[in-house]
Amino acid sequence: MLSRRTRRFQRLGSLAGQGLLLLVTSLSLFAVLFIFIYIGRDAIPFFTERGVKEFFTSARWYPSHTPSEFGALAMFFGTGLVTLGAVLLAVPLGVAAAVCLSDVLPFKVRQIVKPVIEMLAAIPSVAYGFFALVVLAPLLQERGGPVLSIASWIVGIPIALITVIVVADMAAAHVPDRVRALLRTTLWVVGAGMSWLLLSAAGRHLHGLVIPSGTNALNASLILGIMALPTVVSVSEDALQAAGKDLRMASYALGATRAETILRVVIPTAISGITAAVILGVMRAIGETMVVWMASGNAAQIPSPWFDFLSPVRTLTATIAGDMGEADQVTGSARYHVLFAMALCLLVFSFACNMASEWVVQRTRRRTGRA
Amino acid sequence: MSRLQKIIILGSALFMGVSMSYAQGGTRIVMDGSTTVGPIAKAFAEYYMGKHNDVNITVSESGSGNGAKSIINGTCDIANMSRAMKEEEMQAAKEKGHNIVEHIVAMDGIAVVVHPDNPVQGLTKEQLVKIYTGEIRNWKELGGPNLSIVVISRDTNSGTYESFQQLVTKSERITDSAEYVGSNGAIRQRVMTTTGAIGYVGLAFTEGVKALAIEGVEPTPESVIDRSYCISRPLFMYTNGEPAAGTQLADFLNLYKTDEGRKIIEEQGFVAIK
Repeated sequence: MLSRRTRRFQRLGSLAGQGLLLLVTSLSLFAVLFIFIYIGRDAIPFFTERGVKEFFTSARWYPSHTPSEFGALAMFFGTGLVTLGAVLLAVPLGVAAAVCLSDVLPFKVRQIVKPVIEMLAAIPSVAYGFFALVVLAPLLQERGGPVLSIASWIVGIPIALITVIVVADMAAAHVPDRVRALLRTTLWVVGAGMSWLLLSAAGRHLHGLVIPSGTNALNASLILGIMALPTVVSVSEDALQAAGKDLRMASYALGATRAETILRVVIPTAISGITAAVILGVMRAIGETMVVWMASGNAAQIPSPWFDFLSPVRTLTATIAGDMGEADQVTGSARYHVLFAMALCLLVFSFACNMASEWVVQRTRRRTGRA
Repeated sequence: MSRLQKIIILGSALFMGVSMSYAQGGTRIVMDGSTTVGPIAKAFAEYYMGKHNDVNITVSESGSGNGAKSIINGTCDIANMSRAMKEEEMQAAKEKGHNIVEHIVAMDGIAVVVHPDNPVQGLTKEQLVKIYTGEIRNWKELGGPNLSIVVISRDTNSGTYESFQQLVTKSERITDSAEYVGSNGAIRQRVMTTTGAIGYVGLAFTEGVKALAIEGVEPTPESVIDRSYCISRPLFMYTNGEPAAGTQLADFLNLYKTDEGRKIIEEQGFVAIK
């Protein structure tokens, strides 16, 4: 009797627990759904009132003038530019750091270094923004030329070295054994000389640059790149770890060197995870608001030429944050709804990114037949 | 005791502490709005709370537009604004049954500021408009060094932006290469560190930068009050209905009419009303 009652209570308890968990799970699902519905509901009036063409094709943004103009092209462009810059910084650095952590450094060092890199993600974005505004912007203005020229050397030397070595090896593989060493050495010398000339020309050009305004696309890209770094490092390092010890051992057993194992075996196996890491990093950079608001200068223009990272740009997120206060329903509805139209575009894009990363992971799983 | 228990106990103690500190104050006055009026409001609040222990005054600085929004929605007692309420906003308040009352508490001049090393001393209003519309792009066109002008503006959410637009650029469009920043302090910070920059701030924020003479008149308290300096404006506090005499709210609001209040306003770099 007693034991049956206890059992019934237990069953009830487990049911209640399941129900609660289901509720909690569906809560986050509903949150996503509701965000889509509400943003869509406030975005659609803008498109029905003003049409689609101006919003996507005009770069003239004058929301507070009469007549108002709502061309958001400059903002789309600005978002793209700073994200591109952040990716150019975060992906090579992040993937290289992940390879180093998983395959080069001893395990003990990795256990210390990885949490430290992940600490970067814990710094509040406004602190990054403050750093961009107070330290980086004046530095770029006062010593921009020299700083950029030193940076070009730091970035250029490893790239040049790797390119020269790879090109020389590839060329040497196609000639008879007798001249192989000679050709390789010649190519090394020629390549080193050429890249030296190229780098010093670039360095000289950059040294003479004057940056009138330090809050620009470069500044925002640098900070966003640093902010996206922990995501890229952490996720791709996990992917590299997941490639497994067996695979590495098998590769070594076949006589491959460590470099060959990393480049030919480990990275191709982990490529889906690395792709997911890159997409997550992109999303981190696109969605960030406070830093771009403080560091990008917020000028609603398309730089000319388009790749001019030294001119101020404005992003979608910063526009939403900066214009929200004045754009209430009571003061001009198009001005209010246009911000939701931007939010909807951001939402759709990050949704697409998410789907893409899911798809990449699934496809690779299926192909490699790994769970 | 497990760590979780400790956290729970600490959390509830904190929560109780916070709720008690809210409960004990006699009167709460909430102010929201302009970052330009903010320093006056904060100094007033500090002074008033020093004299009355049972009053708790909070001042938020979210921009004039948000101040108007707050008073329309009834989430603040006083809206600080550096521009007058718009027709639509008054209408929206009326629809909610509020009777918004305007109080002009001080005068403010918008100073046009450049880097201290910039040799340019003054501009005409026309030149200023041309700089902000992007027609003049280099300081050498104004007798300065060969240096491109970095045009800096407040964000469109700020009352200073709207006042500047009304008083200077009017219907002309600000150049698309203009940079936008979120506060008076941020403009000062940017101009202080950028040799080619030009910006505009409230008169209280010219420390460390050089304020230019406009049409030959320096932005000083005197020139603002006699209106010989052309970029000047009144600063407002809005209440929901005229506060009843004798209440803490009325006492606090009317500080600007007292000698102490005027002194505070002048200490903040604004111009008190006689």
